[in-house]
Amino acid sequence: MDYLLAFVVGGSICMIGQLLIDLTSYKFTSAHVLVTFVTAGAVISALGFYQPLVDLAGAGATVPLSGFGHLLAQGAINGATQKGIMGAFTGGVTAAAAGITAAVVFGYFAALIFKPRG
Amino acid sequence: MSGAAISEKQKQDYAKIVKQFKPAQRIWRNIFWAFIVGGFICLIGQFFINIFLSQGLSTKEANSAASSTLIFIAALLTGLGVYDEISRFGGAGGIVPITGFANSMVAPAMEYRAEGLIFGVGAKLFTIAGPVLVWGIFTAWAAAILYYFFK
Repeated sequence: MDYLLAFVVGGSICMIGQLLIDLTSYKFTSAHVLVTFVTAGAVISALGFYQPLVDLAGAGATVPLSGFGHLLAQGAINGATQKGIMGAFTGGVTAAAAGITAAVVFGYFAALIFKPRG
Repeated sequence: MSGAAISEKQKQDYAKIVKQFKPAQRIWRNIFWAFIVGGFICLIGQFFINIFLSQGLSTKEANSAASSTLIFIAALLTGLGVYDEISRFGGAGGIVPITGFANSMVAPAMEYRAEGLIFGVGAKLFTIAGPVLVWGIFTAWAAAILYYFFK
């Protein structure tokens, strides 16, 4: 059941991204899609609507980049509630540290090892 | 002669009809494949989360570990040239998941490798990841500050 929910919810979130690309008149690149999703995820999370989606769909909500925004927002908000102003500065990136570090490390290695084709 | 003229007109009419319907069809096809590919990537993510949970990790740790695993796979597939095919096929289904974020880092870094390890790989890793981190971190910080003062 958790696999079905992850598939349907995750797929639906990606459908929204595809609509943004196809229905906007100007050039909406993958960079625009990613920035839109991380920002929207953080805002929706701050309003309290993203956690219920995570509870429902698991990876369907955490794997799309809006889940990355949710991670940053919840980390920063929890930091601010527990440690005050400094927590707002430390909490977000701390929560997302694993993903950021993994992306930098694996990305760096991949760019060194492989050669582009075509 | 007149037969040829009619077929010319038919061609134009046909082209008009094609033009009318083709974009709409393409949009539906794109949306369908974005759903399938994006959903499938999330399904794989759920598979990893369940594995890490069964290893005794907490929900947060399992989510982070699963994301890192997906990032590793995406970096590898980008290096092998496979991820470009997934993105071409799945559109936003390949862009929106965290695998698309990893792809957006590796692809330009590989491309500009010749410009060196600092301005080539080092800088180009953040061509798209830079804006994503700026917007994500800023929004999260602003939300936390608002929480702190107005909660």
